[in-house]
Amino acid sequence: MTEPISSSAREVWITGIGIVSSLGEGLDAHWEALSARRINIDDKRFAPYIVHPLAPLSFDAQIPKKGDQRQMEAWQRIGTYAAGLALDSAGVKGDKEILARMDMIVAAGGGERDLAVDLAIMNADARGNSSPGFLNERLMNDLRPTLFLAQLSNLLAGNIAIVHGVCGTSRTFMGEEAASIDAARIALARIQSGQSDIALVGAAHNGERSDLLVLYEFGDYNLTGKFAPVWQREGNGGFALGSAGCFLVMESREHAEARGAKPYARLAKVVADRAQRKQPGAVTKSLEALWRKLDITGERGNLITGATGAEPVTSEEKVFLRQHPGFAVRATGTMFGHTLETQFPLGLALASLSISRGALFPPNDPTGIEVKQSGSPDQIVVIGAGHWQGEGMALVEAIT
Amino acid sequence: MSAPRDKFGRPIVVVTGMGVVTSLGAGKTDNWTRLTAGESGIRTVTRFPIDGLKSTMAGTVDFVTVDPFSSTGLTERLAEIATEEALDQAGIGAKADFPGPLFLAVAPVEVEWPQRLELGRAIGKTEFGYDDILRVSGGGRFAKYHHRFMFGSVASHLADIFGTKGSPISLSTACASGATSIQLGVEAIRRGDADAALCVATDGSVNPEAVVRFSLLSALSTQNDPPQAASKPFSKNRDGFVMAEGAGAMVLESYDSAMARGAAILGVVAGCGELTDSFHRTRSSPDGKPIIGCMRKTLADAGLEPEQIDHINAHGTATPENDKMEYNTTAVVFGDHLPKIPVSSNKSMVGHTISAAGAVEAIFSLLTLEHQRIPPTINYEIPDPAILFDVVANKARDARVTAVMSNSFGFGGQNASLILTREPV
Repeated sequence: MTEPISSSAREVWITGIGIVSSLGEGLDAHWEALSARRINIDDKRFAPYIVHPLAPLSFDAQIPKKGDQRQMEAWQRIGTYAAGLALDSAGVKGDKEILARMDMIVAAGGGERDLAVDLAIMNADARGNSSPGFLNERLMNDLRPTLFLAQLSNLLAGNIAIVHGVCGTSRTFMGEEAASIDAARIALARIQSGQSDIALVGAAHNGERSDLLVLYEFGDYNLTGKFAPVWQREGNGGFALGSAGCFLVMESREHAEARGAKPYARLAKVVADRAQRKQPGAVTKSLEALWRKLDITGERGNLITGATGAEPVTSEEKVFLRQHPGFAVRATGTMFGHTLETQFPLGLALASLSISRGALFPPNDPTGIEVKQSGSPDQIVVIGAGHWQGEGMALVEAIT
Repeated sequence: MSAPRDKFGRPIVVVTGMGVVTSLGAGKTDNWTRLTAGESGIRTVTRFPIDGLKSTMAGTVDFVTVDPFSSTGLTERLAEIATEEALDQAGIGAKADFPGPLFLAVAPVEVEWPQRLELGRAIGKTEFGYDDILRVSGGGRFAKYHHRFMFGSVASHLADIFGTKGSPISLSTACASGATSIQLGVEAIRRGDADAALCVATDGSVNPEAVVRFSLLSALSTQNDPPQAASKPFSKNRDGFVMAEGAGAMVLESYDSAMARGAAILGVVAGCGELTDSFHRTRSSPDGKPIIGCMRKTLADAGLEPEQIDHINAHGTATPENDKMEYNTTAVVFGDHLPKIPVSSNKSMVGHTISAAGAVEAIFSLLTLEHQRIPPTINYEIPDPAILFDVVANKARDARVTAVMSNSFGFGGQNASLILTREPV
């Protein structure tokens, strides 16, 4: 961008929100589900592991071409769909002038593998009948040529560009939970400084994947057996993977006002760090340091966390939360499962939604960490502490 | 003293340290010597069996070993080597205490075949499904593979050993990733968020599945014999790119901060630009508008006219589609001035280092500015008559070079360009 740096930071509004998850699609459906304390889990399909499966939806509404849908795997369809909802909600869907200069930062992992091909090769190898070129031959013959494009991290952004025409800039951040914290942080900094006017930021996750269960099982991170809310997993820590896509449209106040856009909330701050988690208490300390950067003045407030349920990080986060007893806590992990890169945008989305609806959604926790909150929130802190690394916070505010 | 700013009032971003590893060797000296001698780093793959593959050569970095081997482990080691060199040169901060953020371009990570097969063998059955795999995965036996195959693992390791500040960013914009890592660093310094940034791009992912994936998309050259002649940018008989490994690391600083500590300034990142192509997942829009727009945005960002560019370090992959599209779009942007611009593709010698390419080539562009010598495009025996670039054919060329445009284009409609200069513009 060629604009000079403005002397003071520009205000950034959240003007569009798109969510699809195990609880449904769109803002009304999510508000209703959260209000009813609904949780949608499947404890049979991957038993003993528990997942929060994507609610049934017709992708045609946001991805009209079947050809596009076929070129994607589930994670990309979920994300492209959620991105479309966000653009709709911001009122910029199909606005070629704006979309052509809209910046995009997507937080992504990788796409689905062809499990049948993997299993066949692994089984053959275990039977010992693999010649030197066996792996090459099977991969060359059995992999679908375009599968690679459904696996590449940056191809969620690519599909959003193709399907919705978001084509200013396109950046994909990787690195699990921290990737989307940084995506929000960089998008905010760019808009505040005048490097960008409007940005689409978000992520998508397909939690219904055996290969991901294997990856997290390496570190014993999966929740097994009986489902419990995030705060009630002591002695049986872990996360239940969730499927979700969540995108936000962020823009400068000037840009939003010029086009008459109605904001949900203001994104005031996003801060992030990566503690070296070698000593017990490192996460608590890191969260305290980030908290100080938010300059929260009051003793009372609201807080939405993406706490995973994984240990020891969730226990260390609990210590931090106990140091701020005046804040009403909500954990998205209980209702949505753990959606990795998507968890932080989801927190931002639900904070914005709560502010725009004038209420924090009800608690969903029998342990007492989450308590009822009355009144209309004017500030909500969003927290993300990655299951293995990365901590971040955001401050979402009402526009008065 | 007011901070020296560019013509748009932004802090000037300079380069004070560079490190590079490719199939040609480790370090700027070796790479530059061999690059300007027109040597190829492409060879027949020996790391794994090549039976059944259509493309059997690559620019692997075989002189760096990691044990146990994984592509992600090699990727990490290459980044470490390049970063050590860049930090040595920059002389910034203290050991393991770099005073700024890390922006890392890195290939997407996933569990790899040696580990997957190890897992399968651990089950102890000859017929199994995912339930059986899951049963042996936990309990700590494979705990190290959790960290190894997290997307953030390489950046996490680099942040630890080099002491970068804040949350390290891992990014992928496919073949433009290296350029994007530099762009993120430039933006952070221009915003005043940082005085220094460490921008690293790395790729060690020549493994069987990666070769097969690109092969199935018909992106790779199959001219396996001799391997050194396979990568033929701008030639009529080019037939695809050659996969390669490497890493590039750059220390970026505000001009002010570099001057204040008396650092030697190696060059300036005068402009960055990016524009997304929404035409197709792997193909460019036939009208070339996104690439044209990307180059024009970059010129505008640097505040330069096309006539002020005197060398283009091309993306030049040697795929039939890329080179033709790159010529057509460059011709539109540079018009009558184009014949006066020598163009070269480093990929003719080092291959396509994918996620690392944008940074590796930016470093070679800065070395070109330093030495006033342009590395050749080798294997340029049969020019493509439809590509009328002034290709620096087969032998390095001495030239007056003040401003280089380095281009990177990738799958997913990723286009990014950089303009590098010797002095502030």
